[in-house]
Amino acid sequence: MSSHSEAVRSKVTQTTLIDRQDVKAVNTGAKSKGKLYAGRQKVFPKKVEGTFRRLKWIIMAVTLAIYYVTPWLRWDRGPHAPDQAVLLDMANRRFYFFFIEIWPQEFYFVAGLLVMAGVGLFLVTSVVGRAWCGYSCPQTVWTDLFLAVEGFVEGDRNARMKLDAAPWSARKLFLRVSKHLIWILIAIATGGAWIFYFADAPTLLKNFVTLQAPFIAYATVGVLTATTYIFGGLMREQVCIYMCPWPRIQAAMLDEDSLVVTYNDWRGEPRSAGTKKAAAAGIAVGDCIDCNACVAVCPTGIDIRNGQQLECITCALCIDACDNIMDKVGREKGLISYSTLRDYNHNMAIASPTPGNISPKLVRDDTGHFVQAVKHFNWHIIFRVRTLIYMGMWSLVGLGLLFLLLTRDRLEVNVQHDRNPVAIKLSDGSVRNGYTIKILNMVPEPRNINLSIQGLPGADISIPDVSEARGRSTSIPVEPDKLRALKVFVTVSSQLLKQGNTPFKIIATDPQSFETDIYDATFEVPENMK
Amino acid sequence: MSTKRETDELSGVDTTGHEWDGIKELNHPLPRWWLWTLYGTIIWAIGYAIVYPAIPGLNGNSKGLWGWSSRADLRNEMVAADAAKQAMTDAIGKADINAILGDEKLRTFAVAAGASTFKVTCVQCHGSGAQGRPGYPNLNDDDWLWGGKPEDIVATLSHGVRYTADNDTRQLPMPAFGKDGTLTAEQIDQTANYVLQLANLEHDNDKATKGAAIFAEQCAACHGDTGEGGKTLGAPRLNDSIWLYGNTLADVTAQINNPKQGVMPAWLPRLGETKVKELAAYVLSLGGGQK
Repeated sequence: MSSHSEAVRSKVTQTTLIDRQDVKAVNTGAKSKGKLYAGRQKVFPKKVEGTFRRLKWIIMAVTLAIYYVTPWLRWDRGPHAPDQAVLLDMANRRFYFFFIEIWPQEFYFVAGLLVMAGVGLFLVTSVVGRAWCGYSCPQTVWTDLFLAVEGFVEGDRNARMKLDAAPWSARKLFLRVSKHLIWILIAIATGGAWIFYFADAPTLLKNFVTLQAPFIAYATVGVLTATTYIFGGLMREQVCIYMCPWPRIQAAMLDEDSLVVTYNDWRGEPRSAGTKKAAAAGIAVGDCIDCNACVAVCPTGIDIRNGQQLECITCALCIDACDNIMDKVGREKGLISYSTLRDYNHNMAIASPTPGNISPKLVRDDTGHFVQAVKHFNWHIIFRVRTLIYMGMWSLVGLGLLFLLLTRDRLEVNVQHDRNPVAIKLSDGSVRNGYTIKILNMVPEPRNINLSIQGLPGADISIPDVSEARGRSTSIPVEPDKLRALKVFVTVSSQLLKQGNTPFKIIATDPQSFETDIYDATFEVPENMK
Repeated sequence: MSTKRETDELSGVDTTGHEWDGIKELNHPLPRWWLWTLYGTIIWAIGYAIVYPAIPGLNGNSKGLWGWSSRADLRNEMVAADAAKQAMTDAIGKADINAILGDEKLRTFAVAAGASTFKVTCVQCHGSGAQGRPGYPNLNDDDWLWGGKPEDIVATLSHGVRYTADNDTRQLPMPAFGKDGTLTAEQIDQTANYVLQLANLEHDNDKATKGAAIFAEQCAACHGDTGEGGKTLGAPRLNDSIWLYGNTLADVTAQINNPKQGVMPAWLPRLGETKVKELAAYVLSLGGGQK
């Protein structure tokens, strides 16, 4: 294939108006034999306009807005709880998310959300390949942002390459310092926004700038500033290629019906830089005019025409670049497109009846249109067994979490029977058991919880910390959003003592909302005390 | 072994120049960052050995430039922990036991501190759950030989029981009625049956009736007319369910004949006022204390 196209290129001279890029893919993965420790070759992605570029701008704006704005949203929870909409209160071990408040023992909600995120990733990946990598991964979003800054300060690809190669001068110094300064400012803002998720944002900001914030806040901002600057500004595609496990994992989740960024060589090859001459010479060539626009715009420095590769984050910018060129040369868009492997193989079979020998004529009819047999994108591909199973799993976990959320207890009672000693004989012959009872008031309102016992004849309870009185029930004030641990003594009079273990219930009730939690306890009378 | 370096034709990579039985090794050097990390750790290790105690010698190890030691660390931590508690322990030291019990913060602190002291100085006799054992009172129950009010417990803890080194100790020995010959064996048997009757325990009615008179004459002065006990004297209540030395006829007979009488040391001189109050707060938290 390549020897053929080279032969074509040597025969014809270049006459089109297309701006041809003198660029080679720098990240060729397995093709770079024997160079395990080669130094990084710089990538200077060219600016590009188009559908996917616009989509990426929108996703960048939305994700960055979510990240920076969320901690500043307020949510009124009354006087006993913070009014920050999203807050991870580590010190008090509470997680607030709008109307939801999660205690540490309810962490399964977070685990459930992670399961949903995982299944969601399976779903997205099986439908549109590495869309996470290409559009919404923080590494991609921030690298894109940093590249935009670089382009704004230093100019587009050619200007940047020239500047990079130029000797140091006042202008170069100024441009470089400006670029890195802006990068560092973005990095500080990024690291800075993170800490606001963990404390009251306005208070923390005030303390932060007046140098009164805790050390951990400065350390966190410092570390995240450094990582943002280094990953987004300096390392960029290397993070994806060498550090990140996702490319390895996500590739395994693709199947032949996943939409991935594909160079359709069944219509592109043999590529030729001089199509008119080739046509004049009677040589059949494909749609690819070998302008290298797809290589020039690639942020990871690959050539998509080498096929699917680990380095490709499927940002689809090469689609935009190629579509623009196809427009200019008056050919159908989609030489590079989101396409499934099944469609690709099908079309390839049409184009090359004998493997390795692509004939561009076979996919087109006499009018230059694609023949009927050529398969194009069909949205039905989204709904297939695999994706429906993922959607089902995803919804199942989601509905399960919702059900748990709507039915979860906001009042809990935990009981621990004293073991040492288990039972105490009192002077009137009655026997007392001690219990450590924990009442969890999980709403941000003070409540009076009624604690009572059921099913133990002749028993009364006393809670010295609350009152002197002894009886069958006691009202216990519990602070908002707090756990109250109490020592509770249960005494059974000598006449009604039963040797051994007697089960009974300890019941906590909120008399206002009628919320109730019941604990099955036992009362123990050892042999020598009856 | 050859040391001739050459370029491998197949891979285009230089060999190390080493050859074993015709097998040559390709030279794939370590990544630079890896090597620099290795060098960095070596430099770090040298610095570490100089700064911290690390090098063994004949008379102990090197002390290191910073003079760090785990003992000093522990000492500092203990000092810091004491300093952090200082405000609370000062307040407990100054306050009266009832004031401590009335203040939730002070009481919580005192109970926790007392529990810790209890584990060191008290569990040997009273047990780890303060449940006692024959001869050593259970501190969870509501039977108090020397009074169960907060100030009673502080006084008992401070000066001990029958602890001769302390002049204010709780002291009232019970006579050994049998050993001293005050009562005959038969009289003791009758008295013991009467005592069991007071406590609603199994007894011989005839003997008990006879014993009643002896009890009124010999015992009621301290133990009360109906065996209700006398706390100021440390005379145990006899008409209840709690028996320090057992509630069989043999146990009671033995106790009248030649009583066992427990001793507790005075804790004030050893622990100081603050810790005694903390212990009292802990004992009262066990649920048997009186107001």
